[in-house]
This record gives sequence, structure tokens and C-alpha cells, in this order.
Amino acid sequence: MTTTTRTRRRSRVDQQQRRTAVWMVSPALVVMFLVAVVPIGYAIWLSLNVYSVRQAGLSQFVGLTNYWNALTSPEWWEAFRQTFFFAIVSVFLEVVLGVAMALLLNMAFRGRGLLRSTLLVPYAVLTVVSAITWQAMFESNLGLVTGLLRALGLPGGEHVWLAEPGYAMAVIIVADVWKTAPFVALLVLAGLQVIPPDVYEAADLDGASRWQTFWRVTLPLLRPAIALAAIFRLLDALRIFDLPYVLTKGANGTETMSMLAYQELREGRLIGPGSALSILTFATVMVVSLVYIRFAGGNIRDVAKEN
Amino acid sequence: MLASLVPFYWLVNTSLKTGAELSSGSLFPTQPSLQNYVDVLQDGEFLVALRNSVIVGVVTTTLAMVLASFAAYALARLALPRKGLILAAVLSVTTFPVIAIAAPMFKIWSDLGIYDTLLGLIIPKLTFALPMAIFVLTSFFREIPFELEESALIDGASPFQAFYKVILPLAVPGMATTAILVFISVWNEFLLAVTLTSTPSARTVPAAIAFFAGTNEFDQPIGSISAASVIVTLPLLVLVLVFQKRIVAGLTSGAIKG
Repeated sequence: MTTTTRTRRRSRVDQQQRRTAVWMVSPALVVMFLVAVVPIGYAIWLSLNVYSVRQAGLSQFVGLTNYWNALTSPEWWEAFRQTFFFAIVSVFLEVVLGVAMALLLNMAFRGRGLLRSTLLVPYAVLTVVSAITWQAMFESNLGLVTGLLRALGLPGGEHVWLAEPGYAMAVIIVADVWKTAPFVALLVLAGLQVIPPDVYEAADLDGASRWQTFWRVTLPLLRPAIALAAIFRLLDALRIFDLPYVLTKGANGTETMSMLAYQELREGRLIGPGSALSILTFATVMVVSLVYIRFAGGNIRDVAKEN
Repeated sequence: MLASLVPFYWLVNTSLKTGAELSSGSLFPTQPSLQNYVDVLQDGEFLVALRNSVIVGVVTTTLAMVLASFAAYALARLALPRKGLILAAVLSVTTFPVIAIAAPMFKIWSDLGIYDTLLGLIIPKLTFALPMAIFVLTSFFREIPFELEESALIDGASPFQAFYKVILPLAVPGMATTAILVFISVWNEFLLAVTLTSTPSARTVPAAIAFFAGTNEFDQPIGSISAASVIVTLPLLVLVLVFQKRIVAGLTSGAIKG
């Protein structure tokens, strides 16, 4: 076979392969386009109108009025603030706890497998169920946490947690951290396990203390895994809906952006203003992820490339 | 470890208490009773929700696995132009807040007459399940040695034949793991479940439990709610613990290699 026929044959195979590839990837992309991208476009259109479910057919184009109303309302900015407060505090706690758990799991000791299994327990529990569980734990008279706090004479035992601003948010944060810190731990553990052992030997030879080794060697090498876990968690936290929905219905200073949009849509039956709020939520999440990728993206791309 | 288990213990503890004991904060039930479980299982609405969840979970997972395995195979092993761009587009779907889809979906589904039906739930849930399935499967497919399918191609198999005759059988463990991950996330999904249903006939378990819990703040049937919660958690718990190693692999590879 001459080189030219071989190339020709090669390119024919490539072409066939490419056709198959396009054909195979298309159905999934079409579904995602139709059910994710098209509705977003439609939501933008809806947000420019006032439309009433109660009075069918009553629809009026109002331009950016819904956005103007949302952005000048204290409710939106309150929800914005609550959501960011929740996201920053819970993601911070999840990352710190996750890294600690991963370091612990990376050590060789008996019962490590068992410990790793228990990490997965919160993952198997429905978020709604975890909300109900934590509600029971913080129940003012009978809850385990409140009871313990009282028994130990610590502050907090006398509070009706879910009925007080600040305390209600704390319960939501605890429930979220409980459910997802193990996920961060697993990602960080995977990152830990690919660190070559000779790095530690070198640090050991140089006489670094364990603390120094952690700060100067382990942590920098873990940064990509941590950055990735943090962005996943941050995106989820900014969209938080189910925990406040079950725990407080958005009362007592726990109204998040998604909650506010939902309430406007569902309970107020106002599709236009509700859509404007959901598009604002969408835009906020997008901006945060773009900013994050701009600053931490290099790390994430490195991880993606390595694999 | 305690922190992971204690809340779940408290749930089981509450579910085994009856009547007067529910209003005491005791650490274990003095007279454990399955009455709450009996009550819940005799409650027609809960059973309907359970059935809905199973149908939605199984159908969505099956469809997602078929579509995602095609897409993942093309992305992992075939010469597809603009792979990076496609993967980025797929990943960006996971960043969409479900609430932004909920409003238009509510309206479109009402117009099409599939609001408050299982089909109306399956379609959007499939959309959000696909990116995850594609990422996890792509990373599993990449780990299969290339020689196998090359020799199949040289023997004259088409790329699609190579996919289902060579790769799919080898990918069974990875497919199973992905299916479990997808099933759990579909089972857990809440916002679509409450925005796209209005009656118990199409409500899935998370929505049913939330409505259960929210009917009356002062008279919550906490015993039944706990029993219902345990019932829907135990099967998943068993699944997750049995497939523990693979699930960790799936969670981490999907995330990191994405």
C-alpha cells in the first residue's frame, strides 16, 4: 500500500468515525438544548411581560419593568444577602471540614474502610429527609442538640432555633454542611491520593515539621482539587432551595434567591415578576462562576488536562 | 463519623416512638413500635408518591444512560471535532439554576397538557441528569484500553459496532455506578418535583414528605414523617454502602475529570 492510499483510507475511516460521533452525541445535546436552553430564552421573554394565571390570556409587554421592580425592592437585596451569607459560610465550613476529613482518611489506621463508608451515609439521605432530621435535632423541647446544649449548660439550649432569625439560618447551614462536607472530603481525598510519596520524603529529609509539610507541601498540591470542590459547592449553594423550603418556608431571615422567585411564581402566581427574579438568580450564579473560573480556573483546567 | 451517623440514628429513634413518648426527648424508644411504619404504609398518598418516585427514577435513569453512553462514547473515544467546547456546553447546563427553568416549564407544560404528570417530570429531570451521566461515563470510557476497539475497527467493525460489541460489555461496572449516581440525584431532586406538580397523583417522595411536614406547623405527625423518611432512605443507604468503592470512584472521577 502506498502512503497516499493509506492516508486516503485513514481519512475515510476518520470521516466515518466523525459522522458516527456527531450522530451519537446529538440526541443528548438536543434534549439539553430543548429543555434547558430554550426555556431560559422563554423565561427571559416571560420576564418582560406581566402575565396573570388567574386571568388567562391576560399578557402585556412591560419591558424591563419587572427587573426594575425587583432590583429596587428590599426583598430581592435581602434574599441576595441571605443567599451569599449562606453560600460563603457553608462552603467555607464544608471545605475546611472536608479537607480535615480527607487528611484523616488518608492516614493508615484500622477501621478506615468503615469510616469511609459512614461518610457516604449523608449522601444517601434525601435532602428533604436531612432537613426533617435536623429539624428534629433542633426541636426546642425534645431535640437532641438543644437538649445537649441545655444539659451542658451551653448557650443556645433555650432557643426556638427555627423561629428566630440567625438561628434559623444556622440550622440550614448545619444541615447543608452535614450533607455535603463528605462530598468535598471525597474529592480532596482523590486529590491527596495522587500526590507522589517522594514529595513527602523530600520534605522529611529537609526536616520539615508535620505542620510545615501540610502548609507548604500538601495544601498547595491540593489546591486544584479544593478549587474544584469549592466551585461545585458554591454553584449549588447559590441555588439553594430545598432546605429553606422545608425548614422555614423562607421565614426568619432565610429567604434565598431561588425561594423568593419560587414564592413569587407559585404563591403570587405572577409569572412575569417571578421570571425576572429567576433570571436574576441565573445571572448571579453565572457571574459568580465566571469570576471564579477567571481567578481559580487555571487550577481547574490543570486538573482537567491531567486526566 | 459520629456526626455522620447521629442524625440518622435520631430519625430512626423518632420513627420507633409512639404517642406520649414522642413528646419526650429520650435517647432510645422504651417501647419500640412499628406503628408509625404501619400508618405510613397504609397512607395511600405516600404509596402513590413512592410509586411515582420509582417510575420517574427508573425511566429517567434508563433514558439518561442510553443517551449519555452514546454521547460519552463519542466524547471519550471517537474523533469528534470541538470536543472541549461540547464538554463545556454540557457542563454549563449543570450550572443552570433549576428555578430559572421552572417558570417557563410550568407554562409550557400547562399549554401542552403535561403539567402535573409523570412525563412532565421525567423530561426536565432527564435534562439535568444528562450532564452528570455524560461526565462520569466519559471518564469511565477513557480508562478502557484503546487496543481492543482498534483491533475491532481493523477487523472491519463500524465505530458503532465497536461501541456496543466491545466497549459496552467492558463498561458494565462503570455503567452500573453511573446509573446509581443518576438514580440517587433524580430520587433526591426537589424543586422540579414541587413546581411541576400540584396534586398527589404526580408528586414524588421528596415533595410528598415536604407537604407532609408542612401541613400544620403545630400538629406535625413527626412519627409518621420519620418513618416515611427511613423507608425512603434505607434502600439507598444499602445501595450506597454495597457499592461504596465504585460510588466514590464515580463521584470523584466525574467531578475531577469533568
